Amino acid sequence: MISQFFVLSQRGDNIVFRDYRGEVAKGSAEIFFRKVKFWKEDGQEEAPPVFNVDGVNYFHVKVVGLLFVATTRVNVSPSLVLELLQRIARVIKDYLGVLSEDSLRKNFVLVYEMLDEVIDFGYVQTTSTEVLKSYVFNEPIVVDAARLQPLGPAAIFMQGTKRMPGTAVTKSVVANEPGGRKREEIFVDIIEKISVTFSSSGYILTSEIDGTIQMKSYLSGNPEIRLALNEDLSIGRGGGTIYDYRSSSGSGAVILDDCNFHESVRLDSFDMDRTLSLVPPDGEFPVMNYRMTQEFKPPFRINCLIEEAGQLKAEVIIKVRAEFPSNITANTIAVQMPLPKYTTRASFELEPGAVGQRTDFKEANKKLEWGLKKIVGGSEHTLRAKLTFSQESHANLTKEAGPVSMTFTIPMYNVSRLQVKYLQIAKKSSSYNPYRWVRYVTQANSYVARI
Amino acid sequence: MAPPAQSQRSPSPSQPSGKSEVSDLKLQLRQLAGSRAPGVDDSKRELFKKVISYMTIGIDVSSLFGEMVMCSATSDIVLKKMCYLYVGNYAKVNPDLALLTINFLQRDCRDEDPMIRGLALRSLCSLRVANLVEYLVGPLGSGLKDSNSYVRMVAVMGVLKLYHISASTCIDADFPSILKHLMLHDSDTQVVANCLSALQEIWSAEASTSEEASREREALISKPVIYYLLNRIKEFSEWAQCLVLELVTKYVPSDSSEIFDIMNLLEDRLQHANGAVVLATIRVFLQLTLSMTDVHQQVYEHIKAPLLTLVSSGSPEQSYAVLSHLHLLVMRAPYVFSSDYKHFYCQYNEPSYVKRLKLEMLTAVANESNTYEIVTELCEYAANVDIPIARESIRAVGKIALQQYDVNAIVDRLLQFLEMEKDYVTAEALVLVKDLLRKYPQWSHDCIAVVGNISSKNVQEPKAKAALIWMLGEYSQDMQDAPYVLESLVENWDEEHSAEVRLHLLTAVMKCFFKRPPETQSALGAALAAGIADFHQDVHDRALFYYRILRYNVSVAERVVNPPKQAVSVFADTQSSEIKDRIFDEFNSLSVLYQKPSYMFTDKEHRVPLEFADELGNLSIGEAANNVVPTQMVEENDKDLLLTTSEKEETKGSRNNGSAYTVPYDGSSTSVFASQAQIESAVSNPTLAGHSPQASFAIDDLLGLGIPATPAVPSPPQLKLNTKAALDPSTFQQKWRQLPVALSQEISVNPQGVAALTAPQALLRHMQSHSIHCIASGGQSPNFKFFFFAQKFEESSNYLVECVINTSSAKAQVKIKADDQNTSQDFSTLFESALSKFGTS
Repeated sequence: MISQFFVLSQRGDNIVFRDYRGEVAKGSAEIFFRKVKFWKEDGQEEAPPVFNVDGVNYFHVKVVGLLFVATTRVNVSPSLVLELLQRIARVIKDYLGVLSEDSLRKNFVLVYEMLDEVIDFGYVQTTSTEVLKSYVFNEPIVVDAARLQPLGPAAIFMQGTKRMPGTAVTKSVVANEPGGRKREEIFVDIIEKISVTFSSSGYILTSEIDGTIQMKSYLSGNPEIRLALNEDLSIGRGGGTIYDYRSSSGSGAVILDDCNFHESVRLDSFDMDRTLSLVPPDGEFPVMNYRMTQEFKPPFRINCLIEEAGQLKAEVIIKVRAEFPSNITANTIAVQMPLPKYTTRASFELEPGAVGQRTDFKEANKKLEWGLKKIVGGSEHTLRAKLTFSQESHANLTKEAGPVSMTFTIPMYNVSRLQVKYLQIAKKSSSYNPYRWVRYVTQANSYVARI
Repeated sequence: MAPPAQSQRSPSPSQPSGKSEVSDLKLQLRQLAGSRAPGVDDSKRELFKKVISYMTIGIDVSSLFGEMVMCSATSDIVLKKMCYLYVGNYAKVNPDLALLTINFLQRDCRDEDPMIRGLALRSLCSLRVANLVEYLVGPLGSGLKDSNSYVRMVAVMGVLKLYHISASTCIDADFPSILKHLMLHDSDTQVVANCLSALQEIWSAEASTSEEASREREALISKPVIYYLLNRIKEFSEWAQCLVLELVTKYVPSDSSEIFDIMNLLEDRLQHANGAVVLATIRVFLQLTLSMTDVHQQVYEHIKAPLLTLVSSGSPEQSYAVLSHLHLLVMRAPYVFSSDYKHFYCQYNEPSYVKRLKLEMLTAVANESNTYEIVTELCEYAANVDIPIARESIRAVGKIALQQYDVNAIVDRLLQFLEMEKDYVTAEALVLVKDLLRKYPQWSHDCIAVVGNISSKNVQEPKAKAALIWMLGEYSQDMQDAPYVLESLVENWDEEHSAEVRLHLLTAVMKCFFKRPPETQSALGAALAAGIADFHQDVHDRALFYYRILRYNVSVAERVVNPPKQAVSVFADTQSSEIKDRIFDEFNSLSVLYQKPSYMFTDKEHRVPLEFADELGNLSIGEAANNVVPTQMVEENDKDLLLTTSEKEETKGSRNNGSAYTVPYDGSSTSVFASQAQIESAVSNPTLAGHSPQASFAIDDLLGLGIPATPAVPSPPQLKLNTKAALDPSTFQQKWRQLPVALSQEISVNPQGVAALTAPQALLRHMQSHSIHCIASGGQSPNFKFFFFAQKFEESSNYLVECVINTSSAKAQVKIKADDQNTSQDFSTLFESALSKFGTS
């Protein structure tokens, strides 16, 4: 049971404020914002998503830079409230096409209308875009998506790849397109976030894939859909430790540690033929979340070397090798490495002929940054940096610097080998043939090499 | 007239109050109010929007109330909704004007369109004006009977709103019983869910004054209701499922087959993508199986994978909430998770609050097989750029060292920390090495070699400096230059800002003096002089005390300040197991995130859902619980006293020589240290006169730790019982079935006892004061039967007793069962002595 719901901009302005129970004083938004902003004096630490000030519990989630906040005085389930806040953000996005400060401000009346139906007297009534459609009467005022910060991992599909219809993911579920007709289409995105930690000798210490099959349907009449996954997919790793790498790599089977499913998914034939059937509700939702610790080939190998090069000087060499096929290209790669605290200067040397690369030494937090626009599969890139120190280092340099961390996005590639074999839409008529988009993407969650 | 274009300027709370804008709006609204011109609705929409946007940013637009109501005569649903929103917001502060809206709201409640009926009813109930409640009863009554489920859904919440405005109106109209009927018969699950929410709130609030209400509240968790809801659970929305699951948690099944039925039914809820549903299900599983140890264990195994999946999917906020629950489970049953330790490794981009949880989990799951890897990983974090986390990581390594038997490798790592030459790493490591030495004095040789190399000038943090000084004092015979280091520290007395460090310095110089007198003498003189002149009271007092005791007798001084020490076996846990259990009982709530039970952060009036659980808990503890408050309170005070003292012992280890207890000082120093017995009587008698024996055992013991004159032969540990032991009847029953009889004997009951035993309650109270609790009792003179239980202090080892007393023969037949068979004899002695005192006090 929640007492208030509000959305704050990055500067702390109320964009939407709804009081459901009148139990919490009106100034709560300001109290909250001050607390979040100045959580610890040094500003180093982030406020946790839930905290208590004078008997009022504040919950918040950050979505595209906005703060979605709920308050209550009761000892409720934190998962429920945080899940709800996230869901409200998603429903709003379904409606407005794009979720941003601008779109919220333009549509705040619609949002109020929605909030009245989502929560009544603090109790959740519904968060289904589908159900809400019949209660909400305001037409969304669609804002231009192009210049806005996108929401969610699927947004990377907007970044250029020609195969994708650029605006599709930012389409409102209710608004008609300029032509007046709605395009029949459905998106299925397989999004995998990978975490790998390499030891200083290049050995994989931990690795995990957190995947989601995300769906967004614009099909009219809600036809039933069948989604077939790899037949050799198995779930749960019986016995043994989860990190027993040798057990499965040879067989080629895809073994998930565990997974969960959206409410609408029916698993009647899942055990037999690995097929999920569902009637997709409107809007965006995760069909299935899965987790995998089975061994996989990491898409990048990182080599890093730091050694003294004379008095008050050292050299860093970072090598990144792409170990995926050459028809695949990773983009928006960023490599970071903390340098010794007493580093005063860093000069960089890229390989000859390097394009689309950027280097930087962040003086304030003593960090080396190396950005690459793209890396083609099979290629290798090297960065050399000469460091100048303000004092002599006493200890081992490798204890003073690193680890190297990396972020990247690899479209049309997934490391788990989980696949959507086919996507079947129950036919209405022989001429009914909606667009189906099945897209894969791999992103780095925590990709770290120790030195 | 065209409305002005909506301002694109983003409003901010700091802008002027907007008075002129509001009066502008007022004018425009007036002009539109009576107009029937085409397009007027669009103009109104724009104006209404503006009003609401002002409302949102906190500008007071309540003065427009009249105009807004006038403009609300419209068929445009978007306009209506905006108007309802506005009215709902300001009716409370404008009760007179709110009356104006009643008319049109009531009319809308009879509209053809169910949507309008619902909306109007919701707004009507949201006015929150007490003197308008008479207008609510009619529309609510028909709303509850409406053919449309949307209207019923709204009406049910309306009843709850009415209850909060005027409870008596709501009860008098008999709405709760209508809701009860709807809950069990409505076809729409959201109506059912709303009924459940409303009834829980209403009956919980009423229960304090009305017995009927508390019966009704109990009825919500009766078998028929629970089964009815459970059988339909998949029809409910995910949010309503959480509600139902929360209710199921309070249900007590009659037997194990029922438990398994419920668990089988809910099994697939663990695969739900909504974390709230999964956690609510887990709570049901954990609660149901509390008394079935094996199954409970299996539940842990079973929920591991879904929890880990939830942690890694979803937003960081959601995964934090789930991780906190995982943390709770890991802390309760670390061995279940010991092979999953890699999941608790920190990722570099995680926020500190997540890393902190993970570090604690890593510490907890460390065992013989994974310690090496965990410590290696933790050592990586020690070089982390995030300094607070680096510190915590080092502390984690230390904690692992303190809880392991084979600390060989870990000590090496810790010593490596000291060589890293990062000031905060050195500081943390020093504190750890000190704690380690207090537990494993055998490591002193290796540690001292490294610690000796650390220059005290490089250590600035008071805690670390104090630790270093403590080691210098304690091991001054092994550290070559200890007297000289101490001397230089004494020379810089005035620059030392921390009183804690100065106190340590005094004690360390004293210790050093006893071991190496010639080298330390001058330093000691300087330290005592500086100490006596110190402006800090404690420092001054301690210096003076040292000075006088030295003057009185140096060897007595040595026995006081530098006695041989016993290694600390277990450092006190900061959180009592009672609090931990309490948090566990409140699984899937904020208590888990805050790591404190709800009574610590919730005001009384908002504790509704929990009071429910509380009362249930009380019921199961036993009938005598309420009658013994006075004794229990006294005992709690005693325990507090003990706790604070032992905490001091933990945190300020080396200080206890001088100041952990205060010795009465009256100037005539001769009598002060006469004998241990005197001190003991001085300290324990005034506070403990007439109290239970085990409490004074504890005091004895505590004093024994620090008092120099304690005989070297340690007496065998006395059995201490937990004064606040708790055990639920089903666990008791199960244990009684499982455990063999450890002891069976006949005890005679003294005549006073026989005389006092007129009813079972008398004995219950008496035994409770000896920390032996009754779980069930019965019988009449001359035969009484009791089941008692007791728990070992700070351990969850139980003793169960069946005691049959025949007053005519003055004999008691006692059967004792114990988790720990070795101590059952001790317990029996304790029990017998407790029983023998019955009637005498």
